[in-house]
Amino acid sequence: MVMLKPDPSFYPSPRMAMKAAPETLAYVAAFDPTRAVPDELAVVDVDPKSTTYGQIVTAVAMPNVGDELHHFGWNACSSCLCPNAPHPHAERRYLVVPGLKSSRIHIIDTKPDGRKPSIVKVIEPGEVAERAGYSRPHTIHCGPEGIYIAALGNAEGKGPGGVFLMDHQTFEVRGQWEMDRGPQQLSYDVWWHLGHDTLVTSEWGTPDTFENGLIPEVLLGSKYGHRLHFWDLHKRKHVQTIDLGEKYQLVFELRPAHNPTKAYGFVNCVLSLEDLSSSIWVWHRDGEKWAVTKVIDIPAEPADPELLPPMLKGFNAVPPFVTDIDLSMDDRFLYVSCWGTGDLQQYDVSDPFKPKLTGKVRIGGVVSRASHAGAKNGTLNGGPQMVEISRDGRRVYFTNSLYGAIDDQIYPDGVSGWMVKLDVRADGGIAFDEKFFVEWPKSHRPHQVRLQGGDCSSDSYCYP
Amino acid sequence: MNELWPWMLLAGLGAFHGLNPAMGWLFAVALGVHRQSSAAVVKAVPAIALGHAVSIALVAGAVVAVGLFVDQGAVRTATGAGLVAWALWHHFFGHRHRVRIGMRTGLAGLVLWSFLMATAHGAGLMLLPALMPLCLAGSPLHDIGGDTTAAITIAAVGVHTVAMLAVTSLIALAVYRWVGLEILRSAWINMDLVWTLVLLGTGTILLIV
Repeated sequence: MVMLKPDPSFYPSPRMAMKAAPETLAYVAAFDPTRAVPDELAVVDVDPKSTTYGQIVTAVAMPNVGDELHHFGWNACSSCLCPNAPHPHAERRYLVVPGLKSSRIHIIDTKPDGRKPSIVKVIEPGEVAERAGYSRPHTIHCGPEGIYIAALGNAEGKGPGGVFLMDHQTFEVRGQWEMDRGPQQLSYDVWWHLGHDTLVTSEWGTPDTFENGLIPEVLLGSKYGHRLHFWDLHKRKHVQTIDLGEKYQLVFELRPAHNPTKAYGFVNCVLSLEDLSSSIWVWHRDGEKWAVTKVIDIPAEPADPELLPPMLKGFNAVPPFVTDIDLSMDDRFLYVSCWGTGDLQQYDVSDPFKPKLTGKVRIGGVVSRASHAGAKNGTLNGGPQMVEISRDGRRVYFTNSLYGAIDDQIYPDGVSGWMVKLDVRADGGIAFDEKFFVEWPKSHRPHQVRLQGGDCSSDSYCYP
Repeated sequence: MNELWPWMLLAGLGAFHGLNPAMGWLFAVALGVHRQSSAAVVKAVPAIALGHAVSIALVAGAVVAVGLFVDQGAVRTATGAGLVAWALWHHFFGHRHRVRIGMRTGLAGLVLWSFLMATAHGAGLMLLPALMPLCLAGSPLHDIGGDTTAAITIAAVGVHTVAMLAVTSLIALAVYRWVGLEILRSAWINMDLVWTLVLLGTGTILLIV
């Protein structure tokens, strides 16, 4: 489709993106943990003026079963306006939705009717393996050279995982992104500082160490990822590794400052082997190099072992399990999902080295099982997981499932899916929207949320 | 007037290239806002014009040199075919170019970036219809000799580049100082489409006429 003007959802800067009209639809990837029926991309009405507000209005079923839809992203976004690699007449139209387990990638068209998206192309795992040498596609980001996809395994499902490129118009797999990988082996998230020509990656583990759930021996042996990798974005060359330390396991979500002139970002570490705490770290410039500083520690909460899953009984505590974080468009508020305790926290990170806790809600949680005004049946399980912030920063959405096999390890009664929304006060503070509680159909569990027109974890900008 | 129109066309194409955000002024503005310095904008523009000039000079020089020895009709046909092929390539694969220069680049990087952008866009090819009457066999100027042809080619590249430099500087400074980047959302019409159509149209005319 030839566009005569840039897509109206592209903004040169995050400041301008904050002025965008509120989103009216959310897209949510949901999977069937029993692998009996196809996974779905659900469309949730988030327009308060609509009669179907807070309801799933459509669910697009995938053509196969057992994909485990997980993270996904847009084919094009605001980085198309970058001066060094402009392709502004692309259209933010297609969602690129991979199956983390199947390695199959679905291209879903959200036009002409955003409430009724349709699958227009399916890329089979063989094509990804043959052309890029990778499998288990995870993070999707539109960027300077097309669509960047972090993959957790190589073609054989072992290490190294890495990043591959896909064409943002034809969706052809273009090949491995790295030209010099250096010591990087494990893969998880990928994002960048467009203003600093730097790409950052984080680490989970190879598919054999997570596909059937976390393996206690691997975890206690410090064999899951604990390092960050910094790359030259344009030379595609590894330039630096930073090791958070062996006791820090599962270094996950990368949230660089949206302002491209700022050279810092946040990453969460899910678990400290020492005390089961979670932590948030800031990476930043230190002279010519990158450095990291731990800025938030969230301790485990003492708990009655009777209420804990077998994996945690011996510890008498419930870990916060910070599995996702998200940074508001103005780089002011960081949202932190504590999937174990059930907290969703808001920190003012205006000074990234001195975060201040400014808000907290609790829902679900291994022990607390906190409920919601909109829930019919009292206690809720699962906990705050993938969190997404509206471009203007006034609304926050999150779901409660982490990953099929791990859900069942931590919540052995099974995760009953839900999605909720928070309203954010201008100067900090969060509260549940009591009218917004999406009780998910029992057949599926919801994972990542993407907002129509863009959100705070899928767009990047070249101008401050 | 007949002698003037190729020069006006060269200057007009310079202005057209300068107008396109993808050819440089936007990069100059971006460096300005990143470094909070209008000096960065002013310094960037000549580097961008230089890279552009080198790219078109190479193409123009090559075609004019060939034209000294080869029949004019053959050059026209080859150029026409080249323009059409470039237009098609640009339409289908132009968005794919590998990004080699980032936001931390110095002036040398900008020259290289601009050279690569101009070359990938077929900027030099676009000038050939204006250059042919000036430099190729059949031109009254051609009889004067090869040295003069070289001088005319250099002058042609110069006229084009000065026009491009003037337009690029004006827009870069205006957007940086007064207009702001919001204009990208409303005024960035699809220059790539216009560009492709110009390449295709010019190539077709050369082939048919």
